Amino acid sequence: MEHKTIKKVDIIFAKDTCNPRELLSKTLQRNPDDIILDIIDSGLKGRGGAGFPTGLKWKFTRNEVSEDKYVICNADEGEPGTFKDREILDQVPEKVFVGMAVCGYVIGAREGYIYLRGEYNFLLRSLNAKLETFNALMKELKFDFHISIRSGSGAYICGEESALFESMEGKRGEPRNKPPYPTRAGYNHKPTAINNVETLVYTTMITRLGPTEFKALGTQDSRGSKVFSVSGDTPIAGIYELELGMPLADFVDSFGDGDTKAVQVGGASGHCVPRKQFRDTIIGFEGIPTGGSMMIFNSSRSMYNVLHDYLEFFTEESCGQCTPCRVGCQQLLKGIEAVKRGERKPDYLEELKKLADTMKVAAKCGLGQSVANPFNSIVNNFREEIIY
Amino acid sequence: MSNYMVNLKINNIPVSVPEGSTIVQAANKLNFRIPTLCFHPDLSVAGNCRVCVVEITGARALAAACAMPVAEGMEVFTNSAKVRTARKHVIELLLSEHNADCTKCFKNGHCELQELAAEYRVGDHVFLDLVKASDKILDISSPSIQKDNSKCIRCQRCVRTCEELQAVGALAVACKGDHQRITTFMDKSLHNVVCTNCGQCINRCPTGALVERNYMEEVWDHINNPFKHVVVQTAPAVRIGLGEDLGLEPGHRVTGKLVSALKHIGFDSVLDTDFTADLTIMEEGTELLTRLKKAIVDKDETVTLPMTTSCSPGWIKFIEHTFPELLPNVSTCKSPQQMFGALAKTYYAQKKGLDPKNIVSVSIMPCTAKKFEANRPEMRASGYQDVDYVLTTRELAMMIKQAGIEFTKLDDMHYDSIMGEGTGAAVIFGATGGVMEAALRTAYEIVTGREVPFNNLNITPVRGMEGVREATITITGTRPEWSFLEGVEMKVAVAHGLVNAKELMTAVRDQKASYHFIEVMACPGGCLGGGGQPIPTSADIREKRAQAIYAEDEGLPIRKSHENPEVVQIYKDFLGEPLGHRSHALLHTHYKPRKRY
Repeated sequence: MEHKTIKKVDIIFAKDTCNPRELLSKTLQRNPDDIILDIIDSGLKGRGGAGFPTGLKWKFTRNEVSEDKYVICNADEGEPGTFKDREILDQVPEKVFVGMAVCGYVIGAREGYIYLRGEYNFLLRSLNAKLETFNALMKELKFDFHISIRSGSGAYICGEESALFESMEGKRGEPRNKPPYPTRAGYNHKPTAINNVETLVYTTMITRLGPTEFKALGTQDSRGSKVFSVSGDTPIAGIYELELGMPLADFVDSFGDGDTKAVQVGGASGHCVPRKQFRDTIIGFEGIPTGGSMMIFNSSRSMYNVLHDYLEFFTEESCGQCTPCRVGCQQLLKGIEAVKRGERKPDYLEELKKLADTMKVAAKCGLGQSVANPFNSIVNNFREEIIY
Repeated sequence: MSNYMVNLKINNIPVSVPEGSTIVQAANKLNFRIPTLCFHPDLSVAGNCRVCVVEITGARALAAACAMPVAEGMEVFTNSAKVRTARKHVIELLLSEHNADCTKCFKNGHCELQELAAEYRVGDHVFLDLVKASDKILDISSPSIQKDNSKCIRCQRCVRTCEELQAVGALAVACKGDHQRITTFMDKSLHNVVCTNCGQCINRCPTGALVERNYMEEVWDHINNPFKHVVVQTAPAVRIGLGEDLGLEPGHRVTGKLVSALKHIGFDSVLDTDFTADLTIMEEGTELLTRLKKAIVDKDETVTLPMTTSCSPGWIKFIEHTFPELLPNVSTCKSPQQMFGALAKTYYAQKKGLDPKNIVSVSIMPCTAKKFEANRPEMRASGYQDVDYVLTTRELAMMIKQAGIEFTKLDDMHYDSIMGEGTGAAVIFGATGGVMEAALRTAYEIVTGREVPFNNLNITPVRGMEGVREATITITGTRPEWSFLEGVEMKVAVAHGLVNAKELMTAVRDQKASYHFIEVMACPGGCLGGGGQPIPTSADIREKRAQAIYAEDEGLPIRKSHENPEVVQIYKDFLGEPLGHRSHALLHTHYKPRKRY
């Protein structure tokens, strides 16, 4: 396995690297299939957490025959411990807009939407002002593409792409059955390319520079760099763009406070890595992938409390439609409480782990399926903290 | 569905099904039953209960077999270890949030969750009990429907029914996570929202969360009270549905056994709503012809056309909420049930020499909205509540079982007299299009002196299961007094299921469609698919019931309402003439606009 040491990168937030007019007037002359080839060649995978190859997503959407297609920027950044999209939209929104426009050009869409997390409404005014300029530029370039913003209302589940479509259509935010996938039937049941904020910025940079520079970063399975949201017991909490493929130990060396007990990689729905596994854990798609959230816990933290918080979060944020997630989350939460209080024997945790495994395979969407990640990793590694 | 066939294997057995089929459909072809809960053949696919999960080779997660389309070369396992564990977990989870007090439940023995729990021998409750005390408070505000949140498993069949089939939206999903629940607008009680009491949600609720308000004990008390004279009327659709709850296949006609059973139970007089269905045709047919005359001859601009039927109380409450501006279009005729009720405590009492205050009037209906209708303040024309108790077909089946009657072995018996005579025209009230057909049989003959120009009186254009059907009948050879109708093309329309009614009435309201007469039944298939009929229901079952209705019609000696001898008699002895003074007082009513919320 390739091991990278920690390397800070400056692609996303680098100023003066994106002139929309120049970049788009050049790109809109190119053959869309060539653009797709570049994205595929770059190895870019979605930065929202699921890691689907971006180039393929665009290709599938392009291949669909439909009068209406959509580009959607998923800015419903709801994963606990993630706050990088907010910063991107605040600092370099034009890079996001350009990525959307390129995507729209490639797939044949006339409309783009930014689905903005409800809690980020403070960004609306400045984003809309910048969009006005950008949409005017589209007109000037005679490119029939228009971006507008839709506000979420604060439900975590609406970050799940199909729930996001339902929400945009004015319905209750509940995930849909898949297939069909968004590339065939997304928003308004039309072909839709939905990408994370950060992904779109990387597509902008790949469009500008070609795939080579991006490919040079990262590992075979995890090309490029990634913006991390670092929080918890760290003296330097904040947003950092790092090359993918580093061992977690190096990350902890750089960001920990010297007493790091565990790192929750990938937010509440991610994995909890204990100290003894830092050395062997690679941050990337070959190891533990992350949408960017890195929560660092030192030895003063109760892992029972950490897990309890996560389960409370999922119990509340489950959309409630499917049984494994709606009821499973409640059972996990109340289950560890019962064990803690001594109302259930410690081996009840084994039943709960089996339940979490069922949730992983039987829940309707990624939310319910991922609750097993924190549950099993925390219970397995910090069992005594749950019981006593 | 596509003609292109997809080949896959289920449990290692090859099968070919049309592209677009689901795994459940493919498994059915091989006679592998995959359990489902949130799936219902009348509704869109939700895929939310996850009981139907199956394993697909190569896929990380299990798939919901009700929602997953087949693919070429797919390998599916419906009973692998992984599937069994997950399915059992799902059932246990559902039970952990379900008030599993089965012995006290109205649905005991008819509950899909109970069946699954039994099938999987869910014994010890592994998981913690999550039933909230607050959910155990029943909503019994409605005289028709009882809602028990503690029994709800959130499959959303009721929500989809209310929205997709009925376009009512009285029930909806609220909140998320552990607070997610099925409720009404602002958590108001069912009686205070747009609910039409149609009971279609009951027909599709897999548990006891939604059931009819039942009045069996009250009726037993009156039957056993020697001072009361208990009369019972039975609606047309009951005689073709009841058998399904008593061990017979759908489509069985049990009219004679139904009468026998009611006599065994101890009703003092077993009578037929068909009698007042025929009477409805006389009143409503006359009302239609009168409106046409006023419009065409008198050029009276206050006359409202098209006229719609008024037999279906779910439809009435729907139009009161949804199209209050169209209420003048609705026939003023009471429903057959309420005409019967008004006459039972007047005409019948007189003829039998009974004091109406000692008469208890019970009706057996395929309907839950009839319970609400009987309680409407307008329905006291006799000076008493005209119909005291309304029981569903299902409640009657329970009473028959309680009475220890072996239904299938009963001899056939005839309805009592008076008010026990019905024609084929009345029987078909039970199917969508039936009131229209019955009305046309009579109206056409009144106007022309000849039978309707359809083979064997069967007006097939208004029959069938399409949501909205239209027909045009040109009137020729009129009698002199109806000559103004000569050459008129009577345009009629039929809708069943409120989603179709809404579409039709929206077109009428927006003047995008013009008709003379419209029949609307709230329930899919008409009364035969009513909210009080045996469960389960599906398009196939409703089709069989419809065939039974039309067979019953063809088997009767009299098939035109105006030829019902008891109807002729009542006009002679009591009512005078259709739309006469007494008819107006007893057989007609008015409606009230209601708000949406």
